[in-house]
Amino acid sequence: MIFADLSTALPEILLAAYALLALMFGAFGGKDRTAPTLFWATAGLFLILAIWIAASPAETRTAFNGMFVNDAFARFAKVLVLVAAAFVLLMGQSFISRHGFMRFEYPVLIALAVLGMMLMVSASDLIALYMGLELQSLALYVIAAMRRDSLRSTEAGLKYFILGALASGLLLYGASLTYGFAGTTSFAGITEAIGEGDIPLGLLFGLVFLLAGLAFKISAVPFHMWTPDVYEGAPTPVTAFFATAPKVAAMALLARLVHDAFGNVTGDWGQIVAFLAVASMFLGSVAAIGQRDIKRLMAYSSIAHMGYALVGLSAGTAEGVQAMLIYMAIYVTMNIGVFAFILSMSRDGRPVTEIDSLNLYARREPGRGLALMVLMISLAGVPPFLGFWAKYAVLVAAVQAGMVWLAIAAVIASVIGLYYYLRIVYLMYFGQDRAPLDSAMPMLQSGLLMVSAAIMVLGVVNLFGVEGFAALAADSLVR
Amino acid sequence: MSNLLSIITFTPLIAAVILAIFLRGDDEDAQRNAKWLALIATSATFLISLLLLFGFDPRDTGFQFVEEREWILGLTYKLGVDGISILFVMLTTFLMPITIAACWNVTTRVKEYMIAFLVLETLMIGVFVALDLVLFYLFFEAGLIPMFLIIGIWGGKDRIYAAFKFFLYTFLGSVLMLVAMIAMFVDAGTTDIPTLLRHEFSAGTISIMGWQIVGGMQTLLWLAFFASFAVKMPMWPVHTWLPDAHVQAPTAGSVVLAAVLLKMGGYGFLRFSLPMFPVASDLLAPLVLWMSAIAIVYTSLVALMQEDMKKLIAYSSVAHMGFVTMGIFAANQQGIDGAIFQMISHGFISGALFLCVGVIYDRMHTRDIDAYGGLVNRMPVYAMMFMLFTMANVGLPGTSGFVGEFLTIMGVFQVNTWIAFVAATGVILSAAYALWLYRRVVFGDLIKESLKTITDMDRREKAIFAPLVVMTLLLGVYPALVTDIIGPSVAALVADYETALAGFEAATRLAQN
Repeated sequence: MIFADLSTALPEILLAAYALLALMFGAFGGKDRTAPTLFWATAGLFLILAIWIAASPAETRTAFNGMFVNDAFARFAKVLVLVAAAFVLLMGQSFISRHGFMRFEYPVLIALAVLGMMLMVSASDLIALYMGLELQSLALYVIAAMRRDSLRSTEAGLKYFILGALASGLLLYGASLTYGFAGTTSFAGITEAIGEGDIPLGLLFGLVFLLAGLAFKISAVPFHMWTPDVYEGAPTPVTAFFATAPKVAAMALLARLVHDAFGNVTGDWGQIVAFLAVASMFLGSVAAIGQRDIKRLMAYSSIAHMGYALVGLSAGTAEGVQAMLIYMAIYVTMNIGVFAFILSMSRDGRPVTEIDSLNLYARREPGRGLALMVLMISLAGVPPFLGFWAKYAVLVAAVQAGMVWLAIAAVIASVIGLYYYLRIVYLMYFGQDRAPLDSAMPMLQSGLLMVSAAIMVLGVVNLFGVEGFAALAADSLVR
Repeated sequence: MSNLLSIITFTPLIAAVILAIFLRGDDEDAQRNAKWLALIATSATFLISLLLLFGFDPRDTGFQFVEEREWILGLTYKLGVDGISILFVMLTTFLMPITIAACWNVTTRVKEYMIAFLVLETLMIGVFVALDLVLFYLFFEAGLIPMFLIIGIWGGKDRIYAAFKFFLYTFLGSVLMLVAMIAMFVDAGTTDIPTLLRHEFSAGTISIMGWQIVGGMQTLLWLAFFASFAVKMPMWPVHTWLPDAHVQAPTAGSVVLAAVLLKMGGYGFLRFSLPMFPVASDLLAPLVLWMSAIAIVYTSLVALMQEDMKKLIAYSSVAHMGFVTMGIFAANQQGIDGAIFQMISHGFISGALFLCVGVIYDRMHTRDIDAYGGLVNRMPVYAMMFMLFTMANVGLPGTSGFVGEFLTIMGVFQVNTWIAFVAATGVILSAAYALWLYRRVVFGDLIKESLKTITDMDRREKAIFAPLVVMTLLLGVYPALVTDIIGPSVAALVADYETALAGFEAATRLAQN
């Protein structure tokens, strides 16, 4: 049995071994001089693992007495997490070396965080869930404060840590309640304990606390308070990472939890998730209007986007999960492009994040301006770009589940959100002439910006086949 | 040529991509090349679209030139035209070369300007040929992006406010339509428009949170579509974005906006509201008719008092669109024939009027009516053109403007005499504001110092106006050119509409007994 267990979790085991080896290599091999090598090695490994997982046979296997499950859903989320992490890691490299905090711990911590995420999406037991989540979170707390000498970076790290610990507490409390009433921590066991009919009150309490803890991780309102401050304070490459891979993992974990453990009481959590969705969409859209800092803006934007993804989830159907996965895939692609651009924003070599600095950017850099415009309009969800199709998918799922009111709320929030995305387009194309940004942009960053924008346009033809994979993944989760 | 419609739709887009990728630099040669490429591409599109017109069989009331392919998320990529949509395609392809030629004097960011118009053409044609709900929505909404940029980058002084208002206003109107489309998809199981045209959406009274909704689902869907199309038309009282957008947009942008973009709303009513939700349309027709009548009189009065020429013409557009909505919801052959005719003819006339403003704006850089006067002394040809289109706008018999107004009033007369009466007073008012505008700008003595050196239209400008003059007069004296093509399709639409209503009434009576 043990061999079968190990082979099921082989990618995770390899990644863990790699992280430890890399740490050794860094510590004994010349400290920060090894950092660039480790960046490339880590990103390379992520991509290799992603290809490996994508190519692995389509079957559902469980390991470690049902604590760990490897199904199409987990594979979809893992591939997404790995690819996103690889690109975000690479595109931050030039920024990090330019601003002098090239540390070898960074890629190692990212590798550990990604390992945590892979465990999260494969968790099929509350203990495994918590283990994955904490591995991820601890690594993220540290990298948020990676610029030790920067007041804001340390503040961001500390804030993230304290609030994150609170969320973990809520989650654990929920898990213990669930365990107390269900008598088991395994998802299958919880489903059995609920049985048909109404959910026992104790389990309902457990569910609510679990959802609250996870809502913190995906920064859904009202557990979003940390997001703008951490996004703003953390170094930009770290912010880019926060906005992509961990969101996918936490969202997948949430879907896994509610469908695998509480799959026969969709109505109960559907309401909660729908509330989180509406609150996130509106707060994210309204609060972003007043922002002057692009990183804070992207923080509110990600809050709103998580709201839309939750709309899909709240439908409680396989279509809903499929829509949510499509949404996350498109969201991550857009955010990689936008953050590739934000990383390059600098004036006289110093990073700037004020939105006003984008004035007439498109006149000086028509190509990049166009790409950023496509991404912004795509984020806003205006057709024909992919961002629209992401929203369309979740709206269809909501209406199919009979939640027309939720769909109406979502589209109204999207009109509000449109305003601040358009503001960026307006500044770039017809703002006033002020001090320009530096025009230099590393190859990799501008490449990712362009590719991401191109995907937004060309994806209209067939969504690059993501639809089919997401359907498989959703079917493996919702039975 | 089984994919003729795709070719017509995407030729401008391909040209735009070529421009974006291969044309470098911003010197005079590059600008000239960009303009010529855009002109050639739009002209080629027009020539190809003639194949469509000649190959079209008006007697067939179904969709022709249909293309269908599998697409994403359970949708189909399906294109086709029938008697209702084909002329809008022709209108678009006909006007685009004229529009491109009209912005020949633009010197700032010419390449981007041309790209924006080419992309816009693809999206506009797409709206009229799409036969899948979501595909339609995609084209319908995406058109906002190039127009936003056209107003924002090349517009006038308050362009930012106008661009935002334009985008947010129309987007807000449309998102509810998206939800309605999804609800239709869930209800009927398809987004295929020909299938949906045959699908009966339930019209039984339902109650939501204690509100009794007569017409049920049909009414809700109708209202959602109405929110979108009424803003797009635009109908009173949601027309306020239009004057702002028009005033700030560059001349070519105004032409496209007035001539084609506004027609999307009317097309939407004809394609969706009337045939898909007949019960709701019948129920709410009085509302629309009165709104149209108010629009005609109110906006004509507002137009009377404008100081800005473009604003005046914008309000006059709203009034003329009032005739269109009135004709559509009269829901009889004359009314709908007239509405389509009015839309086509308004495309030529309002486009030409905005070009007329553009001609003197290019020379004097002001649109204030007060800044002009006595132009006839130095610009006889221009005075002639402006006269012709002013008369067409007023609806003088012999011009295409007359036919549309007459048919729509005749259609609505059979439904509600009072509305026809109110609308007819609008005709008088339109004569008042149009002729007064003409007198103030063109007649009188040329006393203003700044106008003493103004030159008449050059050869390029005359060439731009020539096709518009021909079309306006041709349709005015021989309207059968249009009505022969749209007639059978409209007749089928009206017949289906009445059958559906009769069926619903019979069912209701049966339920009551």
